[in-house]
Amino acid sequence: MRVPESLSRLRYNYVPDHLIGEILTKRWADNLVPFLLLAIVVTVFGSAINGFFSPASLIDTTRQLGEFLIVVIGLTIVMLGGGIDLSVGSIYALSVFSTVVSIYMWDLPVGLAFVVSLLTGAICGAFNGFLIGVLRLRAFLTTLVTLIMGRSAYDILIIAFGKQLQMSPVMNDNFDFIGTGSFLGLPISFLIAAIFAILAHVVISRSRMGWHISAVGGSRRSAYNAGINVRRTVFLTYVISGLSCGVAGFLFGARLSGAGPGTGAGLELAAITAAVVGGNSLGGGRGSIAKGLMGAIAVLVMTNGLIRLGYGTGSNQLVLGFMLALAVVLDIRWAKNRHKVLAEIYVAPVHHRMSEGESALPNSGGPYALNDRLSAAAAIARGEVEGPEDVILDEDGNLYAGTRHGEIVRWFAPDYTRQEVFAHIGGFPLGLAMDRDGSIKTCVGAMGLYSIARDGTVTQLSTETNRSLVSVVDDARLRDPNDCDIGPDGRIWFTDSTTRYDAHDWALDSIESRPTGRLLVYDPRTGKTRTVQDGLRYANGVCLAHDGKSIFIAESWACSVHRYWIEGPKAGRMECVIADMPGYPDNINRASDGTYWMAWLGMRTPSFDLGLRHPGFRKRMTRRLPQDDWLFPNINTGGVVKFDETGRIVATLGDLTGQSHPMVTSMREHKGELFIGGILNNRIGRFPIPGADPDWTSWKSYWGTAATTEEAR
Amino acid sequence: MKSVFRQGMLTQERIVLVFALVLFALYAVFLKGFLAPNNLVAILRSIAVLGILSVGMGIVVIGRGIDLSMVAVMAMATAWQLTMMNSGTPALTATAITFGFVVLVGVANGVLIAYADVPAVFATLASGNFVFGLIRSRFIVQDAVPVPQDATLLMDFGQARLVGMPIEVIMFAAAALFAFLGLRYSKYGRYVYYQGDNYQAARSMGLPVRPVVILQYVLSALVAWLAGLVTAAGLQSINTRVVNSTLLYDVILVVVIGGIGLSGGKGGMRNVVVGALLIGIMLNGMTILDLPNIYQNLIKASILLVALIIDSRLNPRDEQVGQQGDI
Repeated sequence: MRVPESLSRLRYNYVPDHLIGEILTKRWADNLVPFLLLAIVVTVFGSAINGFFSPASLIDTTRQLGEFLIVVIGLTIVMLGGGIDLSVGSIYALSVFSTVVSIYMWDLPVGLAFVVSLLTGAICGAFNGFLIGVLRLRAFLTTLVTLIMGRSAYDILIIAFGKQLQMSPVMNDNFDFIGTGSFLGLPISFLIAAIFAILAHVVISRSRMGWHISAVGGSRRSAYNAGINVRRTVFLTYVISGLSCGVAGFLFGARLSGAGPGTGAGLELAAITAAVVGGNSLGGGRGSIAKGLMGAIAVLVMTNGLIRLGYGTGSNQLVLGFMLALAVVLDIRWAKNRHKVLAEIYVAPVHHRMSEGESALPNSGGPYALNDRLSAAAAIARGEVEGPEDVILDEDGNLYAGTRHGEIVRWFAPDYTRQEVFAHIGGFPLGLAMDRDGSIKTCVGAMGLYSIARDGTVTQLSTETNRSLVSVVDDARLRDPNDCDIGPDGRIWFTDSTTRYDAHDWALDSIESRPTGRLLVYDPRTGKTRTVQDGLRYANGVCLAHDGKSIFIAESWACSVHRYWIEGPKAGRMECVIADMPGYPDNINRASDGTYWMAWLGMRTPSFDLGLRHPGFRKRMTRRLPQDDWLFPNINTGGVVKFDETGRIVATLGDLTGQSHPMVTSMREHKGELFIGGILNNRIGRFPIPGADPDWTSWKSYWGTAATTEEAR
Repeated sequence: MKSVFRQGMLTQERIVLVFALVLFALYAVFLKGFLAPNNLVAILRSIAVLGILSVGMGIVVIGRGIDLSMVAVMAMATAWQLTMMNSGTPALTATAITFGFVVLVGVANGVLIAYADVPAVFATLASGNFVFGLIRSRFIVQDAVPVPQDATLLMDFGQARLVGMPIEVIMFAAAALFAFLGLRYSKYGRYVYYQGDNYQAARSMGLPVRPVVILQYVLSALVAWLAGLVTAAGLQSINTRVVNSTLLYDVILVVVIGGIGLSGGKGGMRNVVVGALLIGIMLNGMTILDLPNIYQNLIKASILLVALIIDSRLNPRDEQVGQQGDI
């Protein structure tokens, strides 16, 4: 390997730039920017203000944070539901007033005062909720108006009763304790806010109501069509916001033991800025309590800091206005362009070099030389079947294949002209395997491992494996289950081709050529799936060896076949059987003479081989060209190859005309005939194999004589 | 009800006009001194600033926007200009700087809304606060800024009368007339209507919708500044505390009550004049009744809420053309 190529290999195979794309697909990636901002704000103000981190200062800050945070949480929930609540400042002030009146004029116990404050908040919130949820008014303007109404009402009340409140002789120690007391060194109000935040988080992320709110915020129409009561959900968000203001107002009343003319003024701007700066989306659907928390801390530290640093009137509005505009712009641009950015940077090719290998050209003389014998195959269901990735036959000779429409179709022996839908699954069934009890096990693309009983009932077996610790993408999910086979002990061995791409994007995985494919095993006794081998470049077909002690695995983009030992001296180890073939291997299945059939889904080309050695080139290609102009592996031609246990190629079958079977993804031998499937084909081929055992069936090869079959029944 | 509206007999504008006349008649009968010539002039004078602001807001709302930064621009731009003049900057320079600043605010609003797709309410809420904060904390030292004694032009302007009308009223009339002519007869005026009616369709037609949006907000900022100058000329000072008052909601009230639907593309300057008249008469009556300000605010806010409810019934939002984040 020349030096530049080695350098490029170092660069692309060891710098994990695929992680950027993977991180960006995560929901929590949205939190990175607000978190960074929070860190900057705390650092800047922490270092600019003397004694910012002193315990007394921190306690004071957290006390205020408690009240503010609760208001922001309420607002976050409203925003999550697609609305906005500007009236929080007024509801807050009214709640403070009702708390203070309850304590100092009516001399109520603390508990009752709290209820009064909550009621005040809830009633105001319900008013907003009625206008916006039920009458469907514009949230922004409506709450702007209710803000003024509430503020006016508060001004009227505070002028009427302010004196009486100040002159009140009532002393309530419990009330004062809530305002100024601490528990375990933390202010009571902060503890209440923390409990409130945790509760809100659980409700939003784990409860039916929370999901309804997110659904309504994400898309009102879809939520409505899904049967969610949209109006009630929107109504509820405003009630929750009102209740939050009630809690916060109660805490404020306790802290200051009174209410003044300016209470809660301007709170709405600070709260909205906090919610938006934290990363909650305007227009709903995207947001979380954690985001509200980050925004609340950042905004509170900043506004308090500006006051403590002695900046004059107006600096708060200056900074809040600027931050609000900036955060909204960033959020809107990001929400709009996120998928573009992802599409732009997700594909992260690696260097992969294969040896030139032997030619598959006809008459080239090598073992791989293709012939034209497959073009003579008879066609089953021509034009009636779409995408039979895998085909299989039961012991009665009936033929089964998965189709693009999410069904498994059955053709009846002996002439295969009569067909019926055997089972509807909903996803694209890829690999098929016939189990001892006559049920079919299938890998369904993008879904998982399923079992279809003789009567057509579909059962889900597995949709997840163990989660590895270092993977950023959720590799527990079965993203692209591809082929399966069943061991004598009933365990199902199957492949998950890639953890990076969904099943329909399998071609992108070939561009990237990153080894993320896996061999998995499902144990029917425990119902658990386990990853036994990873690091394969598109793990594809699997086939148990005739003795059941090892398993052959096709690694498509590496053009290799491996053998994984289940038992024996090499148990748990994988060794390469065939390397650098001229074609991309797909499914592998047993042949009657003790060898194995292997399908080629496409052929290597010198141009793509060269591309594989130049990851930078492939990266530029994916960034700068439309997908139609990309260089892909050639899947317009393929074939069938037969190899023995040692990996020696013993026969090839091809269709040089490209008319019947240009690309082959599967083949099964049955009573001297080969049945051929292709994921892009419109037929199933039927080809008589000269010299094959006319009694051999795959069923017998796996499950023995008919007697055991009867027993299993 | 709807069919009556369709026949064009009972447009919202006419209802409001009738309502204003009835209110006028009621006040005239029951309120002492309401009909005095001085009071009638006072009514016109009191609605002049409100009316000028409503002209700007009307243009923006017709183009399916809203400008919550108008009162901040009105007070702060004028206060800054007067502060500069007070500290010896030549009047022309101060005016030029202020002009530049006001245009900048309008362009910033427009860019945020047209190019960054920020909902108008958010963009202008943020920019209004930013403008207030910037000027209050950086450029002026106290809430109220007087008109400098040597600024005779502005002083005389405030005292001027034209055919017995105070100059504020003339300015309102002129602003409304210009806006009317512009909206009705200029190409860009028609564009404002088209894109207010259906933004996507206007864009697909090839209209320069984004520049038109910017133009709208520049106009509303300039109109707001004009309102500030008129206020300063009349009162010989400008008080920046007006930003925290409910003036902004009065403006929205005038626009919505007058019949310019918030969903855009409807109404015109006649609606603004009628709305301003109704609100002016109402406010004047309440003042004569000696209702405290805070009660007036509550009443006005309640009326605005009712107006919003009626508006949402008459001009329901069309989900097909609703914008993203249009809350």
